[in-house]
Amino acid sequence: MAFHILIVDDSSAVRAFVRATLEDADFARVEEAETGFEALQLLASNAFDVVIVDVNMPDINGLELLAFMKKSPRQQGARKILISTQVDGSDAERGADLGADAFLEKPFEVDELRTLIRSSLTPVEEVSR
Amino acid sequence: MSDPRDNVQQEFLAEAQELVEALSRDLLLLDEAHQRGERADSALINEIFRSVHTLKGIAGMFGYKHVGTIAHALEDLLDDLRLGRTSIGDPLLDVLFDSIERFQRLLALEDPQAPEEGPGVEAYVAAVRSIGTSPAEEEGDPLDQYAIGAAVLSVLTEYEEHRLRACIREGMQLYRLRATFDLTAIDDSIETLRDLVQDDAEIITYLPSLEGGDDESIELVVLLASRVPEPELKTHFEGQYGSVEAIEEQTHLPTLQPSLTSIPADAQSTSPQPDGDPGHASLRSVAESVRVDIRKLDDLMNVVGELALVRSAIGRVTERFSGDPKHRQSLRELDRVGHGFERQLAELRTRILDVRMVPLGQVFGKFARIVRQAARERDKQVRLVVTGANTEMDKLIVEELADPLMHLVRNAIDHGIEPVSMRESLAKPAEGTLALNAYHKGSNVVIEIEDDGGGMDAHKLRQAAVSQGLLTAEASHELTRQEMLNLVFVPGLSTRSEVTDMSGRGVGMDVVKTNILRMGGMLSIASERGIGTKITVTLPITLAIIRALIVTIGSRTFALPITAVREAIPYVPKDVRTIEGREVITMRGETLPICDLARLFGFRRATPDDSRFVVVGSMGNRDLGFVVDELVGQEDVITKSLGQSLSSVRGFAGAADLGDQNLALVLDAPALFTEYFEGPDGLSAVERRP
Repeated sequence: MAFHILIVDDSSAVRAFVRATLEDADFARVEEAETGFEALQLLASNAFDVVIVDVNMPDINGLELLAFMKKSPRQQGARKILISTQVDGSDAERGADLGADAFLEKPFEVDELRTLIRSSLTPVEEVSR
Repeated sequence: MSDPRDNVQQEFLAEAQELVEALSRDLLLLDEAHQRGERADSALINEIFRSVHTLKGIAGMFGYKHVGTIAHALEDLLDDLRLGRTSIGDPLLDVLFDSIERFQRLLALEDPQAPEEGPGVEAYVAAVRSIGTSPAEEEGDPLDQYAIGAAVLSVLTEYEEHRLRACIREGMQLYRLRATFDLTAIDDSIETLRDLVQDDAEIITYLPSLEGGDDESIELVVLLASRVPEPELKTHFEGQYGSVEAIEEQTHLPTLQPSLTSIPADAQSTSPQPDGDPGHASLRSVAESVRVDIRKLDDLMNVVGELALVRSAIGRVTERFSGDPKHRQSLRELDRVGHGFERQLAELRTRILDVRMVPLGQVFGKFARIVRQAARERDKQVRLVVTGANTEMDKLIVEELADPLMHLVRNAIDHGIEPVSMRESLAKPAEGTLALNAYHKGSNVVIEIEDDGGGMDAHKLRQAAVSQGLLTAEASHELTRQEMLNLVFVPGLSTRSEVTDMSGRGVGMDVVKTNILRMGGMLSIASERGIGTKITVTLPITLAIIRALIVTIGSRTFALPITAVREAIPYVPKDVRTIEGREVITMRGETLPICDLARLFGFRRATPDDSRFVVVGSMGNRDLGFVVDELVGQEDVITKSLGQSLSSVRGFAGAADLGDQNLALVLDAPALFTEYFEGPDGLSAVERRP
């Protein structure tokens, strides 16, 4: 069974890039959220294997989502990847304290994303759902 | 199957375009506020930062190196601006405006890495970096004074923290607003909340309750800075949204520091929903807009046209039974259903048209940059005043309009508004004003480009036309002032011996006019020496549907776009005179040239001469009477092109479906005007009224 991945980013191009990169390899089923509000809807009723979150979003930012997931019983098994850019430097540092498992700096490449996702994940059968 | 990457590339280009357009619009607002001496709206600056920030991120991922480099430099500058480390000034606005054109050019490149672009990009980046920043003075951290809580502070971004400080410094009071939101309707609720706080408060951030929530709802803590006193805020929000509590200054009430992680009683009492279909709620999306290729909307409009034909066909079949009394009851019912169908069809058509509409601000936004640039090059001072930027028009028209309007704007600065020294000697304000006004007028949109410059010299235009052999000296003396002004639209006429690089560009007023006419629009000019010039462009709101006057000519039905029609009068054969080989009549003391369309098309007339009509058409400042057989009425019609094979046939703009099994050809009024006045030799454009 493919991994269940959520990408939260307000840029449709980034979401499309992530989806194409990961679904292309038949590796994962990717769901997208454009805003923090949309992410909350999805997080409330799905258990994800990996959640990729952009730190810099309006309204509900990536850090707030990390803090939310840390407490959310449903997301305890999820690996959390925080996307940031150089300018978000200090924000990314805060992400580490909030339980981000890995970081991805924009702009990132196809291979970088794939490698990171693979290394973030334990084999499918060990993932508790 | 196509490579998924191709679609992703398309997605990138579409988003990048949108970001650049948004940037352009927002810069215009920023510039306007700056020119008025107002302080810039922090939310607006953050929007601008976010557009550039996102653009940088995606440009790098999709191989647009130069776009990424420029966006990166601007991002740093804008980050300083939004965090209060630098302030707005002309140099900063200049580089920002300059970026729009660069982004647009770079996004259009076939090779986004093109090495030959490198030096230009480097020079630009150096210019951006040269705009210095002055560190804002720090006088102790105001956040220390408030019991905001470490849990909250740890999830704020640097920017949110900065806004929090700025609000405290401005004397705003901090509040926590707790509310439980239904997950399926959270977007609407947030929108309502935003509207409520709009003017006197700023939402710093929304924090999802750290305790989770359930499948159906979630508690959010909204961090709010507000000038509204607490009791008033409470009456506004409590009841509707949950609780409001002020965040006290530490020194006053250190022990009352509320924990953000506590769950309010009502949230606790919510019983967990059964987990029957966990994926169900998640399929709903909060973001409610989609991007659609406008051609898909054209296709939809065609389907509406086809449905209208189906409706007609049903009507035809129904008619066969109309004489039969035993079907009367069923027919009546069918008739009722048919009317309902028509209503829904009309509704569908309206809705599709509505989707095509975009605000004119999309193109006006580009002009702020051009005005700044042109004024600087000419060493003039020009203030751009825009009204009606929210006026909506068909996306296709807005796109087509950009170039003609840009030319008119450049002309106004180049030839209209005087240099500062001259204006001062004329006792005019040193700063010239260029106004762009847009508004709806019936089914048209009117756009005015008005300047308070030197105005046009009608006599100079006349002399130029004579000396360039476009007009005989004798004929020129019979021109009215308005007709002299209209000479500016004649191909080949220029009042200057050398065409400046700005209004030149190989596009003259004649081309502007042709382009406007092609969109079914009109152009008129008013100008007073020493006072200024106003060019008025009138355009239909959409090209997909037009209001038309339906007429018959030789027993065939035609549609004449109402935008070109001024009025219709009875045709009186005995009043027709012939002047210089052309038929004219006199209407309210003015001579009106007339064109018998039956004769032009070679039809035999089906109506006696004295029961025909003259439809008076008007294009720009010129009138022409079209003689037709019958007036049928006005109708909104969907026009369809005649297709490739008939594209060379002149005089017809397309075909229209009249809904009652009838098709009508749509007369191309601008083409008929050109055909009539300019004829094959094209030089009699200076039609005069004897």
